[in-house]
Amino acid sequence: MALLEVTGLTKNFGGLAANQDITLSVEDGTIVGLIGPNGAGKTTLFNTIAGLYAPDAGRVVFAGADITGWPPERVCRAGIGRTFQITKSFRQMTVLENVMVGAFLHTFSPRQARQAALAAIEKTGLLSRKDMLAGNLTVADRKRLEVARALATRPRMLMLDEAMAGLNPKERQEAVELILFLAREGTTILLVEHVMEVVMPISHRLVVLDYGKQIAEGKPEAIARDERVIKAYLGERYRAPG
Amino acid sequence: MADTTLTEGAAGAPARKPFPLAGVAVPLLALALLAYPFVFRLPFQHNLMILVFLYASLGQAWNILGGYAGQSSLGHAAFFGVGAYASSLLLVKFGIVPWVGMLAGGLVAVALSLLIGYPSFRLKGHYFVIATIVLAEIIYILFTNWPFAGGAEGLFLPLLPEGVVNFEFHSSKIPYYYIIFAILAVVTTVVFFVERSKLGFYFRAIREDPDAARSLGIDITRYKLIAMALSAFFTGVCGTFYAQFVLFIEPNNSLNFMLSVLIMLIPVFGGSGTLWGPILGAFILIPLSEFTRVYLSGAGRAIDLTLYGLLIMLVAIFEPRGLWAVVTRFRSRETLKWRFWKSQV
Ligand SMILES: Nc1ncnc2c1ncn2[C@@H]1O[C@H](COP(=O)(O)OP(=O)(O)OP(=O)(O)O)[C@@H](O)[C@H]1O
Ligand SMILES: [Mg+2]
Repeated sequence: MALLEVTGLTKNFGGLAANQDITLSVEDGTIVGLIGPNGAGKTTLFNTIAGLYAPDAGRVVFAGADITGWPPERVCRAGIGRTFQITKSFRQMTVLENVMVGAFLHTFSPRQARQAALAAIEKTGLLSRKDMLAGNLTVADRKRLEVARALATRPRMLMLDEAMAGLNPKERQEAVELILFLAREGTTILLVEHVMEVVMPISHRLVVLDYGKQIAEGKPEAIARDERVIKAYLGERYRAPG
Repeated sequence: MADTTLTEGAAGAPARKPFPLAGVAVPLLALALLAYPFVFRLPFQHNLMILVFLYASLGQAWNILGGYAGQSSLGHAAFFGVGAYASSLLLVKFGIVPWVGMLAGGLVAVALSLLIGYPSFRLKGHYFVIATIVLAEIIYILFTNWPFAGGAEGLFLPLLPEGVVNFEFHSSKIPYYYIIFAILAVVTTVVFFVERSKLGFYFRAIREDPDAARSLGIDITRYKLIAMALSAFFTGVCGTFYAQFVLFIEPNNSLNFMLSVLIMLIPVFGGSGTLWGPILGAFILIPLSEFTRVYLSGAGRAIDLTLYGLLIMLVAIFEPRGLWAVVTRFRSRETLKWRFWKSQV
């Protein structure tokens, strides 16, 4: 059984079906990419899995437990960490303090939280900025902070919503290395990303959404050749090599 | 991921602790305040500082909920009032000593706060503030119409032989001075520890971004209730102190809306969400209001509110985080210069 199993998930906003009958699974230890054009419903899917929205239909099963409709804090404690596409830093707190909030999930001791937070900050390359107020960070650093903070909760699965948007090629490369490193450490990863060159090579599987519907699922090479996907989303610019 | 960077980070931090003067300035200030009643001997001078400490304690209690957890309440008079009434009724009707009444007052305030908090924390932003105003107003009306509690006429506490046990002092105000000073010290110590604990981190996270806080596993309703209960407890305790100090309570002196406003203004002016803000606020605003009242007699009441309004506006324009932020800004500029200087040698 896969770590995350989403079955028939549907979420409407008024008349708009932001997610329609989505079914996907994420195997333990893999990296799964969720792609689709703007407004396809990727963030909505994240929010519904993470408990920010209650689904109108469907089920979410994580590590064997039916977590459908659980509030976000419970989903987090079940082992799902997430970042926000529009970053939600604790602006009047330092980077270290932000990440300590995440680390406090597992301890009462500020000292232990601090150590755990520093480890997460180190992994995300924010160590030199650890005493800066989060509100003063650049967009790129705020994205890193989102990841560090979620990491500090020690998730089994990490959901990254466009964690690389706004990063330059070098920073993006670092982010890719971080994701690969986390995956090697055993964290399962579900990521939304617009930069195809980034998602394609690192994802074991891809799920493609368009207008709230799931139009394809499979290995990256297959997705890149899928006519529907190319039409709906990839266009002529990206084709699988060969 | 090397261990060296980690330990370097851990060792590097203490140098940036926010209060490098804490070891000197705070004990000195505390000593000065302990000596104050014997240096300034007029009852009026004692009265003034008792009020400063009382409002500093109230501001500090509000600060836990409004400053750290970011849930602004404009109904704290309700907790103050029920604290005052609980101990007074226990004393008047059942002869129970006010010290027990003080604990009871704090606990009744906690019970009320949970009753108010549970439904109203579902409301966001302004609606929470409005809910606290409405609920405090309901409490006011209830007590005004409750004959057992003296109704609108209020309740005189019996004059008992003075002494610590009876919590009444007639020949001198000095014991009240030390009692409220101790209360302020306790609340401030509690806030000091809360600030550094998991609780404090969670409170601030909730204030800064509730959705992000939830995504990190924080049950925000639960932690808001904890903040509210802590805040209400100390506010209720202050209510009992006040009842014993003036020996007379009525809805208008312990449950009125202006009291709620003042309890919020003091920390907001001094710097909410900071340890020293509420104390700084009380040390400035309370003497100001007392002096304008003395020198301008009848008109004083209106003038001091106008002055408050003006000061708050100034703070809001120049430093919305309150006066304490101005202090820390100066200090951090100094440390910056100091670092620069150190880096040159
Ligand atoms: N809270 C909401 N209320 C109403 N409509 C919403 C809400 N959130 C999203 N939508 C709508 O649902 C659709 C899907 O939005 P969503 O944010 O999930 O897309 P996305 O795939 O993440 O897009 P992007 O790539 O731009 O981030 C959009 O049409 C959007 O306007
Ligand atoms: Mg999105």
